[in-house]
Amino acid sequence: MTELRSELKESVRIISGNAACAWAARYARVQVISAYPITPQTTIVEKLSDFVENGELDAEYIRVESEHSVMACLIGASYNGVRTYSATSGQGLAYMHEMLHWAAGARLPIVMGIVDRGMAPPWNIWADHQDVLAARDTGWMIFFASNHQEIFDTTIQMYKICENPNVFLPAFVCLGGFIMSHTQQPVHMPDQSLVDEFLPEVPKNGWPHFFLDPDRPITHGNLQNPGGPNIDPSCWYYEYRYLIQKAHENAKQVIIDVAKEYQKKFGIFHGDLIEKYKCDDAEVALVSIGSLADQAKIAVDNMREEGYKVGAIKLRCYKPFPTEQFQELAKKIRVFPVMERSMAFGLIGGIVSIDLKAILYQHPKHPFVLPVIAGVGGRDVRVEDQIEVLKTAVEMAETNEFKTELIVSGLHE
Amino acid sequence: MVKLKELIKDPVAGEEYFLKGNSSCAGCGGELAFRWIMKALGKRTIVVAPASCFNVTIGLYPRAGPAIPYLNMAFAAGAATCSGIVAGLAARKKLDPSMEDITVLCFAGDGGTIDIGIQGLSGAAERGTDFIYICYDNEAYMNTGTQRSGGTPFGAWTTTTPTGKKEHKKNVPMIMAAHGIPYVATACAGYPLDLYQKVLKAKKIKGTKYIHVLAPCAPGWRFPTEQAIEVGRKAVQTGMWILYEIEDGKMTLSGPSKNLLDKKNRKPIEEYIKLQGRFRNISPEDVKVLQKWVDRQWEDLKIRLACQS
Ligand SMILES: Cc1ncc(C[n+]2csc(CCOP(=O)(O)OP(=O)(O)O)c2C)c(N)n1
Ligand SMILES: [Mg+2]
Repeated sequence: MTELRSELKESVRIISGNAACAWAARYARVQVISAYPITPQTTIVEKLSDFVENGELDAEYIRVESEHSVMACLIGASYNGVRTYSATSGQGLAYMHEMLHWAAGARLPIVMGIVDRGMAPPWNIWADHQDVLAARDTGWMIFFASNHQEIFDTTIQMYKICENPNVFLPAFVCLGGFIMSHTQQPVHMPDQSLVDEFLPEVPKNGWPHFFLDPDRPITHGNLQNPGGPNIDPSCWYYEYRYLIQKAHENAKQVIIDVAKEYQKKFGIFHGDLIEKYKCDDAEVALVSIGSLADQAKIAVDNMREEGYKVGAIKLRCYKPFPTEQFQELAKKIRVFPVMERSMAFGLIGGIVSIDLKAILYQHPKHPFVLPVIAGVGGRDVRVEDQIEVLKTAVEMAETNEFKTELIVSGLHE
Repeated sequence: MVKLKELIKDPVAGEEYFLKGNSSCAGCGGELAFRWIMKALGKRTIVVAPASCFNVTIGLYPRAGPAIPYLNMAFAAGAATCSGIVAGLAARKKLDPSMEDITVLCFAGDGGTIDIGIQGLSGAAERGTDFIYICYDNEAYMNTGTQRSGGTPFGAWTTTTPTGKKEHKKNVPMIMAAHGIPYVATACAGYPLDLYQKVLKAKKIKGTKYIHVLAPCAPGWRFPTEQAIEVGRKAVQTGMWILYEIEDGKMTLSGPSKNLLDKKNRKPIEEYIKLQGRFRNISPEDVKVLQKWVDRQWEDLKIRLACQS
């Protein structure tokens, strides 16, 4: 079996985004998989079943009865210090929400593909980021891939980031339902041996802080009192929570380093926390996540042909948020339109735009954030729509007048 | 049944894996059961405890009563976490053969088993996860202050059934037996040696093993703390709780229950319920309803036993 796996040679495969997820998990030699089917994630778990049953991937595959159990299984497995993988979408992610907190709170380096889809009702199975953004504050790192190559590369990188002892956090690698999961693109895959060299070895004796070993009996997750000065200094709940925050801060440099190392080894770079496109002289930069970020490059090129100084920013990593990068960009960029497939109900804009506003609020240059909702439930977002938003932003930059009303692009009249 | 004399000779049985000074209430049936279960399972055991009193009785951080790896877990997630641990151990065994021979135990309350955890439990049993699932049944959500569960008997007071529960107890051991798993047993904290023996047996069997232990709860059932054993035994002697094993589908009655198929040998349930404040306000009519339900459990058993032979 081991022989078969090490035979994987460098190749280019024309595959779906979902297949890219499954191939990456195989390359990472995940040891335990648990999954429950949901459209549009299903072909990932089907492909992984094939890999395992054909003897191409030496993993335990637990086919559970619900997503709550998916995450419980991965938590149990990961507590043994083994490498784990799963994938889900929309309702499935919501159903396992309780366990998402558990995985992050226990600091388990679980990696999960999220094929984003709209939350019901009414039923919707197409690209929409409401599902994963509702898990924003669970402690998971959140990455968005914008093409199939990036899905593959990010998933592999993720194990190196999550398993870094200064991080020890779980992570989502997101791809838009159908628009990425079910379309085909060429994906370059390296020699297995190179991936083996790149990824850390899973420690034989597990990671020290989460390990189930009868010779080292540890009770995990005891109840803790609130504690406080002069009350009970042995209460650490608050401190544990704070350490999750610290881990997110630590992760920022690790993400940058891993992206660089990956580039050096495999010659591919998708950005670190963000990817900038023609931002150097830009006054306006369109911020987006997932496939919209790839398409934004076309919109920028079109605008540039007409002489506009615009650029695009792909938010590759949403959690930890690329705060420092945006603060740097804001020294030159006047307006950041944020076009996204989600809604921060009751606020003005999508969820990412709210966060961007928050981190730029006290910026000395007072840049504008222009929230734009687009493509909810997988509705088509055309290059023209992105151009229109860019033009609105350019106008704002020129007139220095901020538009307060929410722009909802592509809504039926 | 094992004799106390034999037991004393067994070095494992002499060990305590749930240490003194834990935070259990005085006279806790669940704690007694857990200590005996761990005596049978020994050191090389990993325990998962979904939300229940057993996330509290183990002691507040940094104190911990369990002398074995012990994982506090989300309420509905006990069984699935065990599936994950078993898979994780299987993966580790490939690198480190010393991981062999570890027993994985889920120790869950009636709420975590009968109600919120039943989906995960059923899934794990259907998958045949190689672990032991033990429900300690104190017949209510005790950790949150005695609210009714699917395990609360008809007529019993709880804080959410202030005039007595209107529905009967759910029969989860038989539901588990319907999964076709190799071993199902019931036990009672009032008969710890019977429990010990059943756990020893379960440990040797591969696949999913399910043991359902009635665990009297002094504060929840409202009886004096020194009477936990007495109350547990009365539950068995009146036939309210039946001790049996189902091995590869074949049922046998065990312990005192062996002689209770004939109704004449069973004490009236009044002898059991009168010991407990939770039945204080039950009406004579409702006692009859409960007695009828008990008798029906036995009639069902009779049919099953007759069909087997
Ligand atoms: C999802 C979820 N819902 C509710 C709770 C609150 N809760 C904690 S323990 C418990 C009752 C447990 O009852 P049982 O399983 O019978 O164990 P016992 O406390 O009686 O020992 C409840 C309702 C929780 N922890 N998680
Ligand atoms: Mg209970």
